[in-house]
Amino acid sequence: MSATESYPGELKYHREHDWARIDGEEAVLGITWFAQDALGELVHYEAPEGGAAVTKDQPYGEVESVKAVSDVIAPLSGEVLEVNGKVVDAPETVNEDPYGEGWLVRIRLSDPSEVQSLLDVEAYRQVVAEQ
Amino acid sequence: MARTLQRTPLHDAHVDLGARMVPFAGWEMPVQYQGVIPEHKAVRGDCGVFDVSHMGEFEVEGPRATELLQATLSNDLERIGAGQAQYTLLTNERGGILDDLIAYRLDEFRYLLIVNAANRESDFRWLKERELPGSDVRDVSEEYALLAVQGPRAIERLSLPEARQFTFAEGEIDGIACMVNRTGYTGEDGCELLVMADDAVALWERVLARGAVPCGLGARDTLRLEACFPLHGQDITPATDAISAGLGWCCNLDKEFTGAQPLRELKAHGPERKLVPFVMEEKAVPRSGMPVGGGGEVTSGTHSPMLDRGIGLGYVAAASAQVGNEITIDVRGRDRRARIVKRPIYERKDD
Repeated sequence: MSATESYPGELKYHREHDWARIDGEEAVLGITWFAQDALGELVHYEAPEGGAAVTKDQPYGEVESVKAVSDVIAPLSGEVLEVNGKVVDAPETVNEDPYGEGWLVRIRLSDPSEVQSLLDVEAYRQVVAEQ
Repeated sequence: MARTLQRTPLHDAHVDLGARMVPFAGWEMPVQYQGVIPEHKAVRGDCGVFDVSHMGEFEVEGPRATELLQATLSNDLERIGAGQAQYTLLTNERGGILDDLIAYRLDEFRYLLIVNAANRESDFRWLKERELPGSDVRDVSEEYALLAVQGPRAIERLSLPEARQFTFAEGEIDGIACMVNRTGYTGEDGCELLVMADDAVALWERVLARGAVPCGLGARDTLRLEACFPLHGQDITPATDAISAGLGWCCNLDKEFTGAQPLRELKAHGPERKLVPFVMEEKAVPRSGMPVGGGGEVTSGTHSPMLDRGIGLGYVAAASAQVGNEITIDVRGRDRRARIVKRPIYERKDD
């Protein structure tokens, strides 16, 4: 069952349709409702390895639906602490709960000042409205 | 320059149902309504309906209609009578596949051909240029809409009489006259309903009221791939031939038709490569154009909703084309293991 459209106010957003939930020196990353809706039902998550470095604005993994594959862009730089194994096993979790159970990775931030460059929910909603 | 997309008579009905519309072969078509996977499973488990009105229809008529089609199509029309249909190929001089199509024999001197949307104009030109005195080819696509109603309960839901595959008859659904063709592209039982364009919306509504789930081109592609039906433009093209594609069964090489001689030679010497179905052994979704290790290429790939695995069709060296062989697919730089399987990749077991 797909989630209904939402963009939680407490998250930070990247214009490539990724979100970050920042908690001190760490952040949990995922893709937005808009991204999962555009792709359709996800069938594969090509996850990074634990310990891998991710770089802001660069792809760190892939998500794939029946029809299409898409790079997942890192909104922030850091080191992968944890990959969401539930999404590896059941990629449709992202469609069902993109901001909760459908998170993709947890990272340790290498440059917390990058957070300043991310969009707040109003700015991201503007990006979505322009699509 | 932007090209204006054509719309089927059901366009507004699709939009009203919340379909996601995409450009396909010059047409604006529904790719999905509720989602590819639930639509796919509706067809495997019960009944789905697809608008395939973008496909082309030609009527070929006249005392020499059979002669024209016997000389241009690969299969043998002498093997079917009125009320029967046949899968066949339109081939070029090299034996390459210009299109795959179904020929419906309306009577001794009259045929209906249903061709792929993308090839409608080129097929028509090809046949028109080869017309004989006493054979007339007409493109009647604008007059008709086509609904594919597919699934184990399709015939029951439409209250149609039992009939054999690859036959057709005049019929009606709730008072709407249509040609009921026992053909399809999903590997399931079902039919394709050819209806006058003006009656298309009414027929669509009645088929939905009888419980068919509206399905888009997304599910049509995953269904046909599980069933191992080739898609023209991907798995078979003017640069590929029937022997390599495993379609020798629909080529009568004992008769003369365009490209028959090169196909006889290919058959005698054996093709260099073969089109094979495969299932991924590792998590990955193969896609058209991905290289196959040892030489070869994926021509169609997707995620199978029934197997919950990546599946595909691809050309591999004939020497390594045996069922059970392991192959590797280069998935964006990562080698992923797959295994060649028997056709079809998925077949529902009757319970």
